[in-house]
Amino acid sequence: MNERIKPIVMPKWGLSMSEGKVTGWLKPAGTRVGVGDEIVEVETDKIAGVVEANEAGTLRRVIGAPDTIYPVKALIGVIADDDVPEADIDAYVAEYATHAAEEGEEAEAGPRYEFVETPAGRLRYAKRGDGEPNVILIHGFGGDLDNWLFNIDALAEAGTVYALDLPGHGQSDKQVKEASLAGLSGAVTGFMDALGIASAHLVGHSMGGAVAAQTALDHPDRVNSLTLIGSAGLGAEINSGYTDGFVAATSRRDLKPVLEQLFHDPATVTRQLVDDLLKYKRLDGVDEALRALSGALFPGGRQSAVLAEALKAAKVPVLVVWGESDQVIPAAHAGALGARAKAEVIGEAGHMVQMEKANRVNELALAHIRG
Amino acid sequence: MARKISYKQAINEALDLEMRRDPTVIVLGEDIVGGAGAPGELDAWGGVLGVTKGLHAKHGNRLMDTPLSESAYIGAAIGAAACGMRPVAELMFLDFMGVCFDQILNQAAKFKYMFGGKAKTPVVIRAMVGAGFRAAAQHSQMLTPLFTHVPGLKVVCPSNAYDAKGLLIQSIRDDDPVIFCEHKALYGSEADVPEESYAIPFGEANIVREGKDVTIVSYGLTVHRALDAAEKLAKTGVQAEVIDLRTLSPIDWDTVIESVENTGRLVVVDEANPRCSIAGDVAAHVAQNAFGALKAAPQMVTAPHTPVPFSPVLEDLYIPSADAIAAAVTKTTARALAA
Repeated sequence: MNERIKPIVMPKWGLSMSEGKVTGWLKPAGTRVGVGDEIVEVETDKIAGVVEANEAGTLRRVIGAPDTIYPVKALIGVIADDDVPEADIDAYVAEYATHAAEEGEEAEAGPRYEFVETPAGRLRYAKRGDGEPNVILIHGFGGDLDNWLFNIDALAEAGTVYALDLPGHGQSDKQVKEASLAGLSGAVTGFMDALGIASAHLVGHSMGGAVAAQTALDHPDRVNSLTLIGSAGLGAEINSGYTDGFVAATSRRDLKPVLEQLFHDPATVTRQLVDDLLKYKRLDGVDEALRALSGALFPGGRQSAVLAEALKAAKVPVLVVWGESDQVIPAAHAGALGARAKAEVIGEAGHMVQMEKANRVNELALAHIRG
Repeated sequence: MARKISYKQAINEALDLEMRRDPTVIVLGEDIVGGAGAPGELDAWGGVLGVTKGLHAKHGNRLMDTPLSESAYIGAAIGAAACGMRPVAELMFLDFMGVCFDQILNQAAKFKYMFGGKAKTPVVIRAMVGAGFRAAAQHSQMLTPLFTHVPGLKVVCPSNAYDAKGLLIQSIRDDDPVIFCEHKALYGSEADVPEESYAIPFGEANIVREGKDVTIVSYGLTVHRALDAAEKLAKTGVQAEVIDLRTLSPIDWDTVIESVENTGRLVVVDEANPRCSIAGDVAAHVAQNAFGALKAAPQMVTAPHTPVPFSPVLEDLYIPSADAIAAAVTKTTARALAA
């Protein structure tokens, strides 16, 4: 097989994704593409996203037809340099189909979600990769570990990545025993204790960023670095229209406009994304958990804990990443730590920058973790 | 954690979880424990189709087999509700409701109103509805419009296992009498259902498919027929939006009206007989409140105005089919789709 030919395949975004629909090509066949260029739009039953080029070259084949569903790992396009003969590419495409079929069963045996008992309750998590260092991904208010579906596999290149559901979230216990930053931070260290993780790089999004920062301040020996993404805890401002709206919404009609504030491109919010969050919000105990947390962390529409000064005084390496059009926590907070932290504000991304600009965020986080 | 279970298991699980949560929840009905109660057979049946199977072993005498007298035990359930319990009575077939209409229509439905809001009647009456089971005219009707007509009753008719569990939990927690209609042809259908408890609020329709050209409104079994029709229509370039009402009383007018304002076309699918039906109700409401948005006359696809036939061939023709729904949609789009 010609190694100069690179496949574009249907991605696997999250454990439950088995197939995806090609919704449209952003680059026509024959275009020159660079690493990170957005090539093709894909929609799953959960979310709409964009596949970016992992290799530079010419988009030689556009195989995935618009509005057609393909299984994960199916070949939907081919990138190669202009001097690779047409016949080689045809042979590659023909060969690829067989190749994918053989690997099918192996993919089925992939890792599932796991659960662990901690003093903060039973917590769900996903684990990828192996070896040192450890990386722990902490989602935001109302989120869950699937918020990292575009990141968890990429970050596993560095070592062992854990993404957990905080208490009251995802499929973890819905009772939040201590609804405070200290309580959530305690849940993270309890999680580390239960899994025998002595220290880890913490990557936190939104409220999860504040949780990560609190953990680093309380247990400097257990936190190797902080990656704070659209993070809480760096300033007082927060869009209470979002947090209150999220807590109050019980119908799809109320929830959808709230969720649209999370993204630069509101079309990212699919029907299924809204339905999944409604299903979560209907579970017994979730309403109480969200109200207790928002009351403790965002009382009166302000963030109760601003950790910027304490972080400036701490030694832990910090990377701050923000989406430029973040409508939940202002991107201006990216500068809160001044020269103390590396900071990057990414264009055409909102609060869920780790989903909308996954390649760039993964690149920054990997470089930071690897020091 | 969600896993696939059937509609029937989802109902069983909702009863189990609510009985665990609230000691005032009791379950009564014909053969719901296991008939005569000989040792060893005590838990054998769990209802005619096994929906309550296993619950007696977990909750003992909080499940009660009743005599074959609907008027007696439905009355007892309503009385117990008025006295502070949360009974769930299983009536087997909704068709049998006739013998206890006074208790339901004239007593339970009116207590809250006649006692100035001071009395509550948190009773759930579960019953099988619908045709397709070869059970003939007296065990196959979709009598949802009868109960929807009566103020003071809430009427629920889930189309899938996820909704069945969440709506039954909400029904048990609700302080008003709820008629909970279970389509027998859906008992085996499976969906992803969380193990935990959750309640789906009443009056919240579900948009099960999005589309821009026509709104198809339905509930229960025919939601699936509507989805089949939408799939066929998509191949001809018509994008149908499918709305599952989930609860008929209260009903989510906002979702229906908003959808018709986007699509300009309405097809209502109802397994009930056509006169004074849910289909007629929805069509009239939309005509009155969204007339300006309509590009074509609303269409109704219903059972014919006849009893449910015993002949399997005729019974299959009786239930609104995907083809009939697609044909009704085509009537609304006959004049240029782009208009």
